[in-house]
Amino acid sequence: MTTNFLINNAALPDGKKADIAIANGLIASVGTAVKGDADVVIDAKDCIVLPGLVDLHTHLREPGREDAETVLSGSRAGAKGGFTAVSAMANTSPVADTAGVVEQVYRLGQEAGLLDVFPIGAVTQGLKGESLSEIGAMADSVARVRVFSDDGNCVSDPLVMRRALEYIKKFGGVIAQHAQDPRMTIGSQMNEGEISARLGLKGWPAVAEEAIIARDVLLADHVKSRLHICHLTTAGGVEIIRWAKARGIDVTAEVTPHHLLLTDDLASSYDPVYKVNPPLRTESDVHALREALADGTIDIVATDHAPHPTESKECEWQEAAFGMLGLETALSVVQKTMIDTGLMSWSQVADRMSITPARIGCYEHQGQPIAVGSVANLVVINPTQKWRVDRDLVLSKSSNTPYHGHELPGVITHTFFKGQATFSNGSVTSTGGN
Amino acid sequence: MKHLLSISNLNKSEAISILDTASELSRVSDGAVKKLPTLRGRTIVNLFAEDSTRTRISFEAAAKRLSADVINFSAKGSSLSKGESLKDTAMTLQAMGADAVVIRHPASGAAQRLADSEWMSGSVVNAGDGTHEHPSQALLDAFTIRKHLGMGGSDLSGLSVAIVGDILHSRVARSNVLLLSMLGAQVTLVAPPTLLPVGIANWPATVSYDFDSVIPHVDVVMMLRVQQERMTDLFFPNAREYSRYFGLNSDRMAQMKSGAIVMHPGPMNRGLEISAEVADSARSVITEQVTNGVSVRMAILYVLLAGGALEVGSN
Repeated sequence: MTTNFLINNAALPDGKKADIAIANGLIASVGTAVKGDADVVIDAKDCIVLPGLVDLHTHLREPGREDAETVLSGSRAGAKGGFTAVSAMANTSPVADTAGVVEQVYRLGQEAGLLDVFPIGAVTQGLKGESLSEIGAMADSVARVRVFSDDGNCVSDPLVMRRALEYIKKFGGVIAQHAQDPRMTIGSQMNEGEISARLGLKGWPAVAEEAIIARDVLLADHVKSRLHICHLTTAGGVEIIRWAKARGIDVTAEVTPHHLLLTDDLASSYDPVYKVNPPLRTESDVHALREALADGTIDIVATDHAPHPTESKECEWQEAAFGMLGLETALSVVQKTMIDTGLMSWSQVADRMSITPARIGCYEHQGQPIAVGSVANLVVINPTQKWRVDRDLVLSKSSNTPYHGHELPGVITHTFFKGQATFSNGSVTSTGGN
Repeated sequence: MKHLLSISNLNKSEAISILDTASELSRVSDGAVKKLPTLRGRTIVNLFAEDSTRTRISFEAAAKRLSADVINFSAKGSSLSKGESLKDTAMTLQAMGADAVVIRHPASGAAQRLADSEWMSGSVVNAGDGTHEHPSQALLDAFTIRKHLGMGGSDLSGLSVAIVGDILHSRVARSNVLLLSMLGAQVTLVAPPTLLPVGIANWPATVSYDFDSVIPHVDVVMMLRVQQERMTDLFFPNAREYSRYFGLNSDRMAQMKSGAIVMHPGPMNRGLEISAEVADSARSVITEQVTNGVSVRMAILYVLLAGGALEVGSN
């Protein structure tokens, strides 16, 4: 049995007020004074309705590290955060470098049923950067993989990168590059600069990211293929992407919510909750990233949600794992950094967090306009309310959020996946839309 | 003051009062009975997760001269070498009732992690954390400089100090830059560009790549150890070339001002950053640094655990 919903008096991304009826998994009508035989009527005064958020960069840890996150727990965190699709990164154990593993992850996502889980395939076998994984088999599998990434590792060998970029043209795929020159970042702990010099933590220089981005946009241009840059963090990287786009190179780029808000001086606490790869950068980088997201140089926001168990963070900085949670706080952080600062509109948020990531990933039924006939993947947010992040209340299996104790704007009231509420009234429904 | 984690924990008057307390306490070390009852019944743990001889022995002697009970907990042959986490070690020490932990650790920030955590409640003294800081070394260096060259004042104004060598990886350099500049000294860092951190433009020090141009103008030449592992990591072509440009040998020593002194935190690589003739010369105060280390560490423990500085002239 499906439940039919009527969302009354909401603002659409463009600001227009509308009532939205959801029936049989689809948007049945959008307009004023919509009447319908809804089972549930939601008063969405003060709220904005966006197309369901799509994350192009999520670590769900399953298979292999189910102590940190599972496809189910990550799906629950995603639903709470307004997501109707996430992209499961390939650096699991075993690595998602065969059709078998991506199909397993895809199936686990369907069983969880709270959002679409689109597996990302590894570019190279075992993420070793040496030989191509079974890219074609993964593309042709039930999971229909289109995004390939060795994220966590950089595809650093230029010949391997060139071949990967060429090979995926066969089915219109994209290589999502984790841009990090490995030789320049051996043992690196944080952004290289004033703070790392003082703290005595080994630096991760901006140039190690920018040099790879520069090389790869040139490779993408040469072989006329599609490149996506993961988690861009530097002002210099923004300049390279801007240049590449002006030349007509088919490149897209993402920024994480944490790189839009947090800076490297947080490392002064030596609290590894702020340890992340690529590292938090400087205030001027943060400003450049915000401007680039607003003007479209950076195409999307992606969370790089990276759960880690307590013991991986409750230790010395240099022993700690890289990464932080992101799914449950992403939209609030984007509101704080981009909306409340006046840099972006809600329709731009819909573009950067739903429409464009769905387009880059070739994800069907995601990032669609809020219009009659679209699959009802929606998120309802009340931007006038605030909430306090509590690491003990997260739905992720891990608690490594850098925002513990922070007050953030924007309370998500509902998430709809295929027309069913996956999140409402502060809790995730036990069964999802399937 | 509860912890000593970084020189940045101290203001100028606190730093001077530690040096003054050390002066008073050094008289104890010179006496026939080298002991004060101040910390009787208190337990101090030396938690040395990294090999160290002189710093551990120095802290042990300092604690014993203040009558504290001392427990040594070293990397080799302990649970630390079996992969025990810092948290579990700290909770063990807490359960044993440690009043203070003196920690040497290969990870930058380990001392601060210990102090900021709820794992233990005692005082934490940073005895060297990774490539971050080594505040007791800087205090003993300042003490030694003041004793030799102080103009009668309590600080180091008017003096100029060159710190020479691997600044990038040196916790001794980081603590000394902060402390010596706070005490009024002019600090010059001398190193090949590869061994200077990116991001030191705002440090209270000037930078030079040319040892020969600096050496005639300074009152103190502080040489840093060049670690063996730097030899193979492209920081300089080879040991000979390093030594030629940045080593302190007799020829360079001859260019020093009269009265200028040579320091080294040890352990030395004789023949690499410092020649044997220089290390054993009359200008060298290297063994005196070791002696002063005990008094300064007594002063640190005194200030942290006995609740304040010793009044000058008391006792």
